[in-house]
Amino acid sequence: MSATASTLVHVAAPHRRRTLADPPWLKRILLTIALGFVGLFLVIPLAAVFVEALRGGLRLYGAALTEPDALSAVWLTLLAAGIAVPCNVIFGLAAAWTIAKFDFRGKSVLTTLIDLPFAVSPVIAGLVYVLMFGAQGWMGEWLADRDLRIIFATPGIVLATIFVTFPLVARELIPLMQAQGRDEELAALTLGAGGWKTFWRVTLPNAKWGLFYGVVLCNARAMGEFGAVSVVSGHIRGETNTIPLHVEILYNEYQTQAAFAVASLLTLLALLTMLLKSIIEWRHRRALLAAAHAETRTFAS
Amino acid sequence: MRTPHPESPPPLRTRRHRVLPGFGLTLGTTLLFLSLIVLLPLSAAFIRTAGLTWDEFWAQVTSPRVLASYRLTFGAALAAAAANAFFGVIVAWVLVRYEFPGRKIVDALVDLPFALPTAVAGIALTALYAPTGWIGRALDPLGVKVAYTPLGIWVALTFIGLPFIVRTVQPVLEELEPELEEAAATLGATRLQTLARVVLPALLPATCTGFTLALARGIGEYGSVVFISGNMPLRTEITPLLIVTKLEQYDYAGATALAVVMLVVSFTLLFGVQVLQRWFFSPERHGR
Repeated sequence: MSATASTLVHVAAPHRRRTLADPPWLKRILLTIALGFVGLFLVIPLAAVFVEALRGGLRLYGAALTEPDALSAVWLTLLAAGIAVPCNVIFGLAAAWTIAKFDFRGKSVLTTLIDLPFAVSPVIAGLVYVLMFGAQGWMGEWLADRDLRIIFATPGIVLATIFVTFPLVARELIPLMQAQGRDEELAALTLGAGGWKTFWRVTLPNAKWGLFYGVVLCNARAMGEFGAVSVVSGHIRGETNTIPLHVEILYNEYQTQAAFAVASLLTLLALLTMLLKSIIEWRHRRALLAAAHAETRTFAS
Repeated sequence: MRTPHPESPPPLRTRRHRVLPGFGLTLGTTLLFLSLIVLLPLSAAFIRTAGLTWDEFWAQVTSPRVLASYRLTFGAALAAAAANAFFGVIVAWVLVRYEFPGRKIVDALVDLPFALPTAVAGIALTALYAPTGWIGRALDPLGVKVAYTPLGIWVALTFIGLPFIVRTVQPVLEELEPELEEAAATLGATRLQTLARVVLPALLPATCTGFTLALARGIGEYGSVVFISGNMPLRTEITPLLIVTKLEQYDYAGATALAVVMLVVSFTLLFGVQVLQRWFFSPERHGR
């Protein structure tokens, strides 16, 4: 839940030269345990995906990816993420502006409520939408009368995706914008800029790396979500299957190689996400240092 | 921040900050999204369950199959969070304090369980730990079965939970003042005593927070578990899977009642994390 939140704002203390070192034997034991654990639980599963995917050769790998059901799963995944991510960007910016720039009663309650979807099992996230829009749900009859489908159709998949990714953009932006304070916005307003202009010219550029970071995480989760989407999708081949659901179907039909081939697409996306995250963290650290330098220069002159 | 004129009374806090525009618009947007996407749907689960009598509800959430699923889900999630607390602190320690080739790659790799879709993790772990898999083949002669047993569920949940501990302990470790350790050494403590009496207690709050986060995630986890667990009722059926099964059998009342139980547990854990953090990081504890 809060594990990823503080990583961006947090600036590591410069590495101090240790005057105290662990004895070499202890160092060796701890390194072995840590690297062994990481190797067993992270590296080997990661390698297994690609080994299994390429087991039947490149031609079968390509065939699994270009088969019509796979392509329609890719299309649906892109569509769902393409709607869910912008929705969460709008929500995240609004929530961060409210929480970071204003003081009001109930602010901590609001912050907690935004985190709520992280505490909810993905299966339950799907279930609650079935209770709302399913055939037996609150709006089931009303929707059926108008021939509208949400559950077992694309809108349900999009809604479930928005739910599970809901806090991701907001919780990257809130601590960042809180740390930046409101002085720059106040200065812009004093100089005559309007609210929107202040937002576009001051707030957004300041928060752009945090926003990008949130979008990257949000997109990865949106494209990879399984539990919630599985409950609302109905698993109609070529129609309501996203990439993760397509992987499940292939795997359950013992088309192991094809399942891993499609899964390797998602794994590449995960690796790309981790790479971008590392780059942004590195850049952001530099940007913060640069800002600190600029400040000292301003005060010195 | 503007300093108020000495003679003027201190301005009202709320007034001063409302100088910025857009409070109504952004608060309204936030509340609208929050209500429509999160609060209203979640309340549907509670309202649906309120339609049951207490006896019906109790029968739904305490049937033998359901009780077996609780034991398995909570047991495996607790065991996985405990394993992660142990290994995660060591991984964080190694990443912050030691220099070794590939440190940055290992550091980035810790995020893999966050970034990798759960279904992919599920099939990869199953392929590894199945009796024919790379690891399963080695364990099979020893009589250890992992895939399709509770042990497999533990493996999946340990994979999922690792970053929660590492990413909460790491920043605390980075900011830990070396002076404390130096003082302990100066006063005659051996390195092991320093680690046990000075470093570990300082990491305890973050470890507890990470443990609770990993536990909460483990209890609700679905995608990575369904493939490796084998899904046998009473033996390897976790509670989220039971919800899906009931839903597929159109047992809405049963599925919703179970969901309410899980939501109450999750919210309690979330609340617990907040209380923990507020207590551990309260100004009094830091003497500020």
